[in-house]
Amino acid sequence: MATQHSRSAARLMMTPAVILLLGWMLVPLTMTLYFSFKRYLPMRGDSLERGLDWVGFENYVRFIGSSSFWPSVQATLLIVGGVLVITVVLGILLAILLDQPFWGQGIVRILVIAPFFVMPTVSALVWKNMMMDPVNGMFAYLWRFFGAEPVSWMSDASVQSIILIVSWQWLPFATLILLTAIQSLDSEQLEAAEMDGAPVLSRFFYIILPHLGRAITIVILIQTIFLLSIFAEIFVTTGGSFGTRTLTYLIFQRVVDSQNIGLGSAGGVYAIILANIVALFLMRIVGKNLDQ
Amino acid sequence: MARAVSTRRKIAMTTLAWIVGLVIFFPIFWTILTSFKTEAQAINNPPLFWGFDFTLENYAVVQERSDYMRYLWNSVIIAGGSTILGVLVAVPAAWSMAFVPSRRTKDILLWMLSTKMLPAVGVLYPISLIFVEFNLLDTRGGLILVLMLINLPIIVWMLYTYFREIPVDILEAARMDGAGLREEILYVLTPMAIPGIASTVLLNVILAWNEAFWTLNLTAATAAPLTAFIASYSSPEGLFYAKLSAASTMAIAPILILGWFSQKQLVRGLTFGAVK
Repeated sequence: MATQHSRSAARLMMTPAVILLLGWMLVPLTMTLYFSFKRYLPMRGDSLERGLDWVGFENYVRFIGSSSFWPSVQATLLIVGGVLVITVVLGILLAILLDQPFWGQGIVRILVIAPFFVMPTVSALVWKNMMMDPVNGMFAYLWRFFGAEPVSWMSDASVQSIILIVSWQWLPFATLILLTAIQSLDSEQLEAAEMDGAPVLSRFFYIILPHLGRAITIVILIQTIFLLSIFAEIFVTTGGSFGTRTLTYLIFQRVVDSQNIGLGSAGGVYAIILANIVALFLMRIVGKNLDQ
Repeated sequence: MARAVSTRRKIAMTTLAWIVGLVIFFPIFWTILTSFKTEAQAINNPPLFWGFDFTLENYAVVQERSDYMRYLWNSVIIAGGSTILGVLVAVPAAWSMAFVPSRRTKDILLWMLSTKMLPAVGVLYPISLIFVEFNLLDTRGGLILVLMLINLPIIVWMLYTYFREIPVDILEAARMDGAGLREEILYVLTPMAIPGIASTVLLNVILAWNEAFWTLNLTAATAAPLTAFIASYSSPEGLFYAKLSAASTMAIAPILILGWFSQKQLVRGLTFGAVK
C-alpha cells in the first residue's frame, strides 16, 4: 500500500551518503588518473593554469623502472607479510589462552587489547625511544643485563623494528576477532574429542583451526588493506630510510618531497589497483555473509 | 580429584595469561610511569620501577611550552565533529537500507565499503589541491570533512547491522495499536536503535582520534590534533623521555578509557559485520 511511497522516501534518505561517497571517490581518483599521464613538476614551473604536457604512460614506466621501486615492493611485502604472520599466529594462541578459564579474565583482556587504542604516532615514538633506543631503551638495558651488545634497532634492524611495532598495534585486533570466533565453537564437540582421548595438538588442528578458517581469512584481508597503507609508524621513526621505504612511503616522497606529481600519481594508481585486488576477495566474503 | 586437577590447571593458566597480558601492556605502563619521573630519572640505568621522585612537572612543562590544550581541543573537535556529521548522514541511509531493502541494497553497501579501501596516499595530491583551492588547509573544518568521509562507510555498515537486528514484527504490532509513522519512529524504533548508534559513535570517535595520515598531511600549526603534536617529538632536542611520556599519556588516556567500553563493537565495526 505505502510501498511506492516508502521506496522513494528510502531512496531519498540514502542520497546524501551516496552522493558524498561518490564525490569522495570519483573526484580525487579522476584527478590522480589525469595527473598520472602528465608531466607535472611544480618546482620546475609546471602549473595547472599554463596547462600540463601529456606524456602518455611515461610516468608509469618510470615509476616501475626507478631504482627505488623494487626495494619498496620488497619492504612492503616484508612488513605486511611479517606483521600478518606474527599477528595471526600469536593471535590464535592468545585467543585460545584468553578462552581458558582463569582468574582476572576481564583485566587481562583489557591489558591485551589496549595497544589497539594507542594512536600510531605515540606507539611508534614510545617504541623507538623508550624500548628500542640503543643507549637508554629498555631493550638495551635487557641486552646489557644478559651481557650482550645493545642493538641499534632503528638502523641495523629497521624493518624488523617496524614489523614489531606494527604487530604490537594489530595483535589485539586479530586476537579479538579470533577470540570471538573461538567462543562460537561448540564446546561439546571439544569435550567429546577430549573424552575420546584426542591429544591437544590434534584437537587444535582438526577442530579449532578449521573452525577459525573464515575468521583468519577476514583478519588477513582486513589487516592487509590497513597494513598496505601504514604511514605514521614509518614517518616518525625511520622516515623511510634503512630499507623501510614501503610503496606507500615511496609515493608519499614522490609527491611531497620531490614534488613530482605525475610520477607520484602513477604510483598512486598502482597502489589503488593493488588495494583493489585485495579488496575484491574481502568483498566477496563480506557479501556472502550479507546474504545469510 | 578432577577438581584438584582443574584448579591446578587454572592456576597455571592464570599465571601464563597474566604474564602475557603484562608483557603486551608493558610499553603503555612504562610510558605512564615515566611521565611521573624527572628527565634524569627517566633514563636512569638500571630503569627505575620504584623509588623515583614522583613529579607532575612534565605535564606542566608540556602544557606550558607547546600549548597542549590547543591540540587536545583540536582532537576533540575533529573526532567529535566528524563522528556527529557522519552519523547524521549515515542514520537515514542505514535506516532505509535495513528497513526498506531493495535489490540494489547489497551492491550499494559493498560499493560503500569499497571506497574505504582506497589507499589514502593515492589521492594525497588531489585532496591537498582541493584543500588549497577552498582554503581548507590547516582548518578543523577541512579535517572534519575528510575524516567524516573516510569513516562514513564504517558508520553506515555498523548502523546497518544494528538496525537489521531490530525485529520488524514489533512495528506491525505498533501499527495495529494505532501508532502513526511519527509515533512509530519516536516511541518504538528510536529506543531500540539508540544502543547501536551509541556503539557506532564510540568506535568512530576512537578511529578518528587516532587517524594519522590525513591529520599529519593536512595540518600545520592551527588545526593540528594530538597525532600531529606527538609527531613533533620525532626530532627532539635534549632530554625528552619524561616529556614525551607525559604528552603521550595525555593523548592516549581518554581513548584508552573509551576503548575499554567498545571491545565488542570493535569486532563488529571493523569486520563490517562479518564477525559478530
